[in-house]
Amino acid sequence: MTGTGLALAAVALVVVATIGIGVHGLRLARTTSDFLVASRTVSPLWNASAIGGEYLSAASFLGVAGLVMAYGVDALWYPVGFVAGYFVLLLFVAAPLRRSGAYTVPDFAEVRLGSPRLRRLCALAVVAIGLLYLVPQLHGAGLALRETTGAPVQVGAVLVAVVVTVNVAGGGMRSATFVQAFQYWLKLTALAVPVVFLLLAWSADGRPPLAPTTSPVFAERTSVQVDDDVRFGVETPVDVLVDGRPRTLAGAQDLRAGSTVVFPAGAAVPHVEGLAPATGASWARPLSGAGGVEHPLYATYALVLATFLGTMGLPHVLVRFYTNPDGRAARRTTLGVLALLGAFYLLPSLYGALGRLYVPELLLTGRTDAVVLALPVAALSGPAGQLLQALLVAGAFAAFLSTSSGLLVTTSGVLAQDLLPSDRAAGLGRGSVRRFQLAAAGTGAAALGLSLLAGTLPLTQVVGLAFAVAASTFCPLLVLGIWWRGLTVAGATAGLLVGGGLSAAAIGLTLAGVADGGWPAALLAQPGAWTVPAAFAVMVAGSLLTRRSVAADVGRTMLLLHAPEGLDLPDSSTVRRP
Amino acid sequence: MSRPAGEPPRRVAVTSPRTAAVRRPPGRAALRALDEQDRVGELLVRSLVRAQLLLALRLLTVLAVLLGGLPLLFAVVPATRDVVVAGLPVPWLVLGVLVYPALVVGGAVHLRLAERHERDFVELVERS
Repeated sequence: MTGTGLALAAVALVVVATIGIGVHGLRLARTTSDFLVASRTVSPLWNASAIGGEYLSAASFLGVAGLVMAYGVDALWYPVGFVAGYFVLLLFVAAPLRRSGAYTVPDFAEVRLGSPRLRRLCALAVVAIGLLYLVPQLHGAGLALRETTGAPVQVGAVLVAVVVTVNVAGGGMRSATFVQAFQYWLKLTALAVPVVFLLLAWSADGRPPLAPTTSPVFAERTSVQVDDDVRFGVETPVDVLVDGRPRTLAGAQDLRAGSTVVFPAGAAVPHVEGLAPATGASWARPLSGAGGVEHPLYATYALVLATFLGTMGLPHVLVRFYTNPDGRAARRTTLGVLALLGAFYLLPSLYGALGRLYVPELLLTGRTDAVVLALPVAALSGPAGQLLQALLVAGAFAAFLSTSSGLLVTTSGVLAQDLLPSDRAAGLGRGSVRRFQLAAAGTGAAALGLSLLAGTLPLTQVVGLAFAVAASTFCPLLVLGIWWRGLTVAGATAGLLVGGGLSAAAIGLTLAGVADGGWPAALLAQPGAWTVPAAFAVMVAGSLLTRRSVAADVGRTMLLLHAPEGLDLPDSSTVRRP
Repeated sequence: MSRPAGEPPRRVAVTSPRTAAVRRPPGRAALRALDEQDRVGELLVRSLVRAQLLLALRLLTVLAVLLGGLPLLFAVVPATRDVVVAGLPVPWLVLGVLVYPALVVGGAVHLRLAERHERDFVELVERS
């Protein structure tokens, strides 16, 4: 079997397993509550694995290694932040959120502040964050399939969008839980097994230094296939073969999609426009700005703030807490998630480091997101490399499918509940299964459309933007709502509008490429450092100004959020746990 | 959970944790105070919320100093960027490996202390 055949077989296997487990879950799902929240009968181990499975997206499985390869040790703050975000969530949100009985942030906003208008505003933000997070998943699927089989980049995106939409519309959350728990373990295995062989191969090659004093070079004569038009810079002129004809490359160069360049052994690797070549030493040193990052200290802190505080605001993360039986279980599940995620994130940096040695041409084509998939074939010859690549493709598709499923369940759940007009006569009353299915189909189609329109986007950075929006909107709402009696509807609304508006504007300006460099570019590329404090400040100030509108029964709500289980309140109590 | 008027209640599986607890006749002073949220009841809840918030803020401070302080340390003392221990660069060791078990330990500490606060609260209420 060829490498392409193996990769296709692996993708087919994951898709079939996903649908199979989904169908198994479907037979158990009967009511709307089954569809939406797995009837809250999911055990903590399943739940922690499912959270891990859902959370580890294309950005984690492929993107982190790519960023480490391009930008070095500073990129490790991405995975650190992805895990530390759960730590902050455990400290401030996990148990009270579960006790509130809220299924989504809009539910929480209504439980805490009782405003239908605020609820709809939150629902809009959920849909925006959900789409912002879905698009890179589908985009990554396209990249992965092209990297391993040569299929056009649209094929992978369509495949994942269709499988996920059908699965979610058919089985809802119940099936999603089992699918995702399975996919955590698949992803961990798929990343852990190849790394052992890669390290053995590296040892057998005499352990070349991972951080040499030079910038990356082609270790042997290398033929580079260019799939997309690319512009790159050549620092020292080099004689190459372009499509078989000899040519000398120097300075800025353009290559057309479809051309092949053969570099001689020992030539320095030219870097794609926008990525500065870095010596191994600078790549391995913190805050060196390797890869051309402006103001690395600011960029690091902005990223830390966005990921530490944004995790709690991701729609598909919050929903998972509702499937815990109570607040105590929610805390325990979160601790389990910390351990599962930590184990996973030990691995991607190894791929990033080895990638600079074995597949440096990705720095030329700018496709560092593919490093995880490209490494086995480059470092190991013969069927071993192809088998390991197939395993990695399986893991990557597990990542696309599980994260997209979770996002789709939540986004379309919120869409069906809060934003679609109600039409009970047509069987589309609020909470009906059919309404949820329609919303799922709509969301899936919208995400697919956006991902086909979007050009080449670095996976992890787009996901980072979704974190920034979540941190600037839902983080202040949740933290202040849970811990501060003084939060008012007006304050919360103003904070959401300011935080969401500022972060969305920053993202728009970055994607449009308005700022060229220096501080404006740094501030817009990583908006978290200023949009999160702004949202908090506006929310607090707005609430203090409208202090009189604090609900009279806020004490009851606080009791609902914080009272431990086992407290035997009278049956007549209005503090009921939903 | 309130919902806009005019909608049928959503079907949910009712798994109240209270059903497992031993039933006591309502009438205990602290329980009634909690339920009615009079001055005593409000004070009780405020004290619990404050204790849990202080715990969370303390652990957040530890996180901010230990982990959040790292970039600052690298910036202020450039020598720390190149420290090597047993052949491994320390920044990679810390950010790539050590940070994860440390977060799990921090989470376990929080779990323990938060549950202790809750047990104390239940005892206080039921004893009265």
